[in-house]
Amino acid sequence: MNKPVSMAARALQHRSFVIGAALTAALLLAAALSLVWTPWSPYEIDMAAKLQPPNAQHWLGTDPFGRDVSALLLVGARNSILVGVIAVGIGLSLGTGLGLLAAARRGWVEEVVMRLADFTFAFPAILSAIMLMAVFGAGIVNAIVAIGIFNIPTFARITRASANVVWSREFVLAARACGKGPWRITLEHVLPNIASVLIVQATVQFALAILAEAALSYLGLGTQPPQPSWGRMLAEAQTLLFQAPLLAVFPGVAIALAVLGLNLMGDGLRDLLDPRLARKR
Amino acid sequence: MGFFVFKRFCTLLLTLAGASAVVFLVLEVLPGDAAQVLMGPDAAPEAVQALSIKLGLNLPAMERYWQWVGGLLTGDWGLSYAYSSPVLELVLERLALTVPLALIAMLLTTVLALTVGIYAASRHNRWGDVGLMGLTQIGIAVPNFWFAILLILLFAVQLQWFSAGGFPGWREDALASLKSLLLPALSLAVVQAAILARITRSAVLDVLREDFVRTARAKGLSQRATLWRHVLRNAMIPVITVMGLQFANLLAGTIVVENVFYLPGLGRLIFQSISNRDLIVVRNCVMLLAAMVIAVNFVVDVLYAVIDPRVKAGGL
Repeated sequence: MNKPVSMAARALQHRSFVIGAALTAALLLAAALSLVWTPWSPYEIDMAAKLQPPNAQHWLGTDPFGRDVSALLLVGARNSILVGVIAVGIGLSLGTGLGLLAAARRGWVEEVVMRLADFTFAFPAILSAIMLMAVFGAGIVNAIVAIGIFNIPTFARITRASANVVWSREFVLAARACGKGPWRITLEHVLPNIASVLIVQATVQFALAILAEAALSYLGLGTQPPQPSWGRMLAEAQTLLFQAPLLAVFPGVAIALAVLGLNLMGDGLRDLLDPRLARKR
Repeated sequence: MGFFVFKRFCTLLLTLAGASAVVFLVLEVLPGDAAQVLMGPDAAPEAVQALSIKLGLNLPAMERYWQWVGGLLTGDWGLSYAYSSPVLELVLERLALTVPLALIAMLLTTVLALTVGIYAASRHNRWGDVGLMGLTQIGIAVPNFWFAILLILLFAVQLQWFSAGGFPGWREDALASLKSLLLPALSLAVVQAAILARITRSAVLDVLREDFVRTARAKGLSQRATLWRHVLRNAMIPVITVMGLQFANLLAGTIVVENVFYLPGLGRLIFQSISNRDLIVVRNCVMLLAAMVIAVNFVVDVLYAVIDPRVKAGGL
């Protein structure tokens, strides 16, 4: 008989997971580093040093205001993580709550929750963000709320579908026979059994939140100056494509690597937490 | 089949009603005084009140909602505050760009995704498969507006084959107009195609493991014939579902990509209307986009039942 392999050992052998985790760790490290150190101040304008190509002083060059691009990218990482954490937090807490409620109560409660999720699906994150911006004005808080709202139906649907499977299992029947109420069963049996699905979905939604924030900031609807943001850096770079094409490359690479890392990690986690799926692939 | 379509159609109407209520609540009730939003915070109170009466904002919310929905259905979409022209006229003008853009993007997405997905599945776990799936992971991670900028850098700045943006207009020069939509459509399609290619690959692989495929091969059918006659039809079910869901992303994507290429489409109209605080235009455009997403999902559901009779048999 094969010896059981520990989760950590399996994780280290999973190529996608290792690459994804390394990229995600780099993103977190960059954000953490920017709290204590940046090569230059990301807010300091130095017109004498504007539009420099990468050199020994400014590793990735400078923008049209003479600000150091590497410093802007480091602080931008912090911004992306902040948006991702809060937007996913909104979706995870409210969406999971609604999904658990739908699965526990069934009947009309489930029907109402699912139809509400359908309505929300008709409004992609950018569209709901635009509605909020039209009323409340552009800003990072509105962007986060809009992206978070779009996450709610995604988590509600996944939670409900996974929770329904758990509710039909024998151990839940046993728990009911022991006299446990629906809320106790939800907290003690359903939630722990669907946690892995939620963790995987959270990494995917995190990546989508980073993309949505970048798009909104690119349009000028997300992060506002002087706060650095990868999306807004791209918008500024687009006006200087002929003079400084590299300015349009670095922020895009940063976004793509962050999203790639989270997606690969999510794929890896899915395989590691649900080996049946891994075998099917 | 008829009953299934009828049931789905009722759900469609219900979803549309819900979506219209959401749009109305957010863009009409939430701002408190929409006239104040339209005129800006520095406007004189008398002017705000005059506009409020002109736009009928002094009426009760329920009455305004019915007026708005009635107007949408009868073609009276109101007047744009910023452009001083009928909203429907503005929207139709812009749709002449956005609809072809979305259709070209969807066509490119489908062709790219099916080619890559089917090829990767037929080369399962070989270099072609691994390489292409690696590329799709990168494709999914790349923001469409950045890919659009990279396309401009390559094809407009370096090679100078395309212009960096703008749209000459169908009546002025149809060929040049079509050409100006190619880079935007490609930038929209690549990301969507990467997702769809992965779905296609896993759907084809799932079907390839089915017993009926083994039977088809055992009775002497070639691999190619099995793929076309048996595998693809069955593998298309999840692919079509995802395509329907992708249409929503594609429409949302046009808002961003039209801004990258300065294309005067619906997305740019919404974006400009936000800057102009033109809530009337934003409200109708958002409702139109939401209705398009809901309608496409309805079509996908019906197609789903046509392809897979188990769906309607199951009463889903």
